[in-house]
Amino acid sequence: MRATSGWDIRLDGLTVGYGDHVVLRDVNALLPAGEISMIIGGSGCGKSTLLRHVLGLQRPMAGTLSVGGRDLFALHRRDFRKVRRRMGVLFQDGALLGSLTLGDNVALPLREHTGLPKATIRQIVLHKLALVGLADYADYYPNQLSGGMRKRAGLARAIVMDPPILLCDEPTSGLDPVNAARMDHLLLDMRANFPGMTIVVVSHDLRSLDAIADYVLMLHDGTAAFAGPVDALRATQDPYVRSFLDRRADEDQRADVTLAPEVQQALDAWLDR
Amino acid sequence: MSTGPNILAPVTALGAATLRLLGEMGAMFLFLADGLRLIFASPKQIPKILNQVFVIGSKSLFVILLIGVFTGMVLGLQGYYTLVKFGSEGLLGAAVALSLIRELGPVLTAIMVTGRAGSSMAAEIGVMRITDQIDALDVMDINPMAYLVAPRIAASLISFPLLTAVFDVVGILGGYVTGVTLLGINEGVYFYRIESSVEMADITGGFMKSLLFAVIVATVSCYQGYFTHMRRDGVGPEGVSNSTTSAVVLSCVFVLVADYVLTSFLL
Repeated sequence: MRATSGWDIRLDGLTVGYGDHVVLRDVNALLPAGEISMIIGGSGCGKSTLLRHVLGLQRPMAGTLSVGGRDLFALHRRDFRKVRRRMGVLFQDGALLGSLTLGDNVALPLREHTGLPKATIRQIVLHKLALVGLADYADYYPNQLSGGMRKRAGLARAIVMDPPILLCDEPTSGLDPVNAARMDHLLLDMRANFPGMTIVVVSHDLRSLDAIADYVLMLHDGTAAFAGPVDALRATQDPYVRSFLDRRADEDQRADVTLAPEVQQALDAWLDR
Repeated sequence: MSTGPNILAPVTALGAATLRLLGEMGAMFLFLADGLRLIFASPKQIPKILNQVFVIGSKSLFVILLIGVFTGMVLGLQGYYTLVKFGSEGLLGAAVALSLIRELGPVLTAIMVTGRAGSSMAAEIGVMRITDQIDALDVMDINPMAYLVAPRIAASLISFPLLTAVFDVVGILGGYVTGVTLLGINEGVYFYRIESSVEMADITGGFMKSLLFAVIVATVSCYQGYFTHMRRDGVGPEGVSNSTTSAVVLSCVFVLVADYVLTSFLL
């Protein structure tokens, strides 16, 4: 068992959605401190919506969301901000501010929240950029970098305040296999270098699941299909979990790709012109 | 139960649109109040405000100089040929200066800055919204209103009166070029008429207008960009495009309406 910081995340009967539209209903899970938890599921199953609630960007429709033992949405505004300041977030495309260099992006939380001298901030920024292999790119703007580099810079910004919680939205999506593996290794490095850090990764990348996950919350059909250690996930015989892990499409859901004969005939006639 | 066309439907639609407009205006006013309050949130706002003064003010200077000088020249030309019919061409300086200081300076400056800086405010903030940059600020516990909106409102309040002053001065010089250099009005008469007819109330009235227009342009432009994701007429890049268009159109309309209202109070 790794060292824990006590910053675990607990979802109790959580129901989330937009307006009157329920996306996920009655989700129960514990994302433990000191481990890498992955929230997985098919496209559009509500992974990113759930993450927005964990970040406090949206209020749940029902249930409680506890961070470090405190109900996030029952906290006074000042305490809510204190808890959220303890979260580092890597957004899907890094969400770096386009008008700032990488160095300024990473320095932003330090400049806004601390009174540290410029030289100290610069040292911290370069150290964090070095952790993600971008020490030489501090003066580059985000649009001068590849997608993988932007994600790594986003990770550097997420950890610049040494947060006990790190939340990552699709960190490997859109990356080639080498860069995806590199991102996985970075997350493993985070777990090793920051003992007790609660790392939550939203993804549908099965290679990442195999490489980094300790705990898994799988979402399907508007609720949690599985929540527990990754070994238990592999052992489960739940049909949907098995089809997801084995990458099998549901035969009933395969679309009929045949066009109506008269439509096909019209298309062929036009293509033959 | 009637199955015919609902004759109240147009009235209902009009009522709904009016309520939506009033709701939008109320939301914009609260947005402005929050933005004004956050100008004074921290001394760390000062460098951000100065940076925006450069973006909104300094970068608009060239276009203001250009438009100002040509506006003054056209006023000089039109004014001369109108006044000469009454043998009053000596009043050209007063006509040019009063038109510029009271009306054209503040209004044209606001419209030009709307086109140059207002559109860029809406587009920049809109792109930040759809690419999660504003959410990123939020989760870093950096108030996006304080970081993005308050400095732009403050910078507009500083820049608009200064740009208006520049516009007025170069406009008067433009009128001088046409009236004195090209059409032969006496140089002393041109400036004497300006000095004798322009009063302090004209100048303060013009600056009051420019301050009001600064608030309107900055608020409308930032609001449109900030709530790009809430638009009903488009999402993503289309939403940003529509926000930018709305920012320019609404700013110009509000500036002209506010100009009429304020002028009716000042006169």
